[in-house]
Amino acid sequence: MSILLSNISKKFGTFTALDTINLEIPEGELVALLGPSGCGKTTLLRIIAGLERTDQGRVLISGQDRTDHDVSQRGIGFVFQHYALFRHMSVFENVAFGLRVKPRRERPSNAVIDKKVHALLDLVQLDWLHNRYPDQLSGGQRQRIALARALAVEPSVLLLDEPFGALDASVRKDLRQWLRNLHHDLNVTSIFVTHDQEEAMEVASQVVVLNHGHIEQQGSPGDIYDHPANAFVSRFIGHTNIFDLDEHDVDWLQTAGLSTAQPRGKIAHVRPHDIVIEKSTTETDAFVTLKDWQHLGSLIRIELIKNGSASSVYAEMPNDQFRRLHLNKGDKVDLRIRHAHWFH
Amino acid sequence: MNAITQPVNPAKLVERQPLALQDADWVRWILIAIAVSFISLFICLPLGLVIFKALSKGIEAYGAALSEPDALAAIRLTLLTAMVTVPLNTVFGVAAAWAITRFEFKGKSLLTTLIDLPFSVSPVISGLIFVLVFGAEGWVGDWLIAHDIKIIFAVPGIILATLFITFPFVARQLIPLMQEMGNQEEEAALSLGASGWKTFWAVTLPNIKWALLYGVLLCNARAMGEFGAVSVVSGHIRGLTNTLPLHVEVNYNEYNIVGAFAGASILAGLAVVTLILKTVLEWRK
Repeated sequence: MSILLSNISKKFGTFTALDTINLEIPEGELVALLGPSGCGKTTLLRIIAGLERTDQGRVLISGQDRTDHDVSQRGIGFVFQHYALFRHMSVFENVAFGLRVKPRRERPSNAVIDKKVHALLDLVQLDWLHNRYPDQLSGGQRQRIALARALAVEPSVLLLDEPFGALDASVRKDLRQWLRNLHHDLNVTSIFVTHDQEEAMEVASQVVVLNHGHIEQQGSPGDIYDHPANAFVSRFIGHTNIFDLDEHDVDWLQTAGLSTAQPRGKIAHVRPHDIVIEKSTTETDAFVTLKDWQHLGSLIRIELIKNGSASSVYAEMPNDQFRRLHLNKGDKVDLRIRHAHWFH
Repeated sequence: MNAITQPVNPAKLVERQPLALQDADWVRWILIAIAVSFISLFICLPLGLVIFKALSKGIEAYGAALSEPDALAAIRLTLLTAMVTVPLNTVFGVAAAWAITRFEFKGKSLLTTLIDLPFSVSPVISGLIFVLVFGAEGWVGDWLIAHDIKIIFAVPGIILATLFITFPFVARQLIPLMQEMGNQEEEAALSLGASGWKTFWAVTLPNIKWALLYGVLLCNARAMGEFGAVSVVSGHIRGLTNTLPLHVEVNYNEYNIVGAFAGASILAGLAVVTLILKTVLEWRK
């Protein structure tokens, strides 16, 4: 179901957690609410769920105003950061809970509940654990049980708070892919909160970048990476080199191929992969020295020092391409900037 | 019986000590001897003496002392007091713990402090407060006399004083536990469509049940054993407003040794049962 948030504001005491948020999420999307800690992303998720009240603004789920509905009547599924499984119930009873608490006339028979719970446990590939208790499960298993439990009530919207935050790195990688596939199969509108930009870019079909209670940008991962709306988004998503024309030597940037004749701003953000380096042929004129490099798997990150400056410039290029350059530490290099984003 | 100190888990004390912390044998034996003789002298000996004195004139005299009308009335009143105060304070304790751990509101820290008030005020003062409010010279004394309602020197006063004295027990047990548990499981239950009431019965209560029972047990022990506050409001009317502890005192003052110690043996028995249940509950918690 589609979600429409209009003019949502929320304060905690004097702290403004959300300031007039307007957001539309079309049906069937997998959306990441991305931002640094304290940006209001979890508060926004809890407001959509009905776990938190808004000070102002409306929450519409598939066109219907649900602002004044309690969490129990919103028809959402919520997966908590620390899973919040019922510790005194077995895995089976955890998943069955949402069906068992339905009003008598809507409540399915025990046979139907039994069938449905096992189907959900099959979906998360954990049916063999149905007799276990939460404290006998690993983090990744708890996460998947929490998801199965939320799906049992057939929510119109699935909300996940930092779904991978409490897991170790290898489990996290697997679960990201798994969640993406699951969303593809179920096609239920889903929103998850994360502070990890890599996670947001990898899993989500739409990314909403939040900062200080504002939406900085909303778009597909590609949009956000290639066309950052402002300096915050550009800095927050991926790595970037920042050149402030007031502080940096403009001549140097022009030599590097950056057009500063009609600057579209006074700060240039340059992605490391938009910097091309070559071994310098004119030793004396070269501006830049290679200081060091690091292996990032398929890529090499190269740390460069501009002569007479303390700050580093980073470039990235594929492994084999770097090898072909035959560069050593301390070599003078020529540098070319292919593309920059300009901000004021 | 009036112990309000936090329980120490005995299992934690017998963990293997590092060698450097192990004292010489003679130090250990002296400390153990001191502890054992202290417990014998101040706990086992008096407890044994209570039973010895109660039975000093034979089992018939013991039975007669407990079945005389005043003793039976005291036992009945003690049971009645506990039956009224324990359920009320259980409900109050759960409600207070819920409010303090689940809601943010102004005056929350004041409420938390006030819950401890009965622990910090002398029971005699607690009793006097009720006399000052409900007594003949008290704030509402005239109104009560005009409407022929008796509170002080009557059963309602005893129940009120006991309610006041015992209200922290359940809340004190639940607040730290509920704070530690957080409210995510309850939020999860609500998000799955459960009503607030169902969430309490299906999610909250199973998580707090052992601590709750433990609090109820302590509350009950104190409700039956309370002396000071009840003594002030009771008026010691034989057969009417004497609870078991007061009955013991009255008999003792009249040199009715068998009567006093027979009553005391019931209270001591209650203490032993409480201790056993407490140990079981601590193990379950």
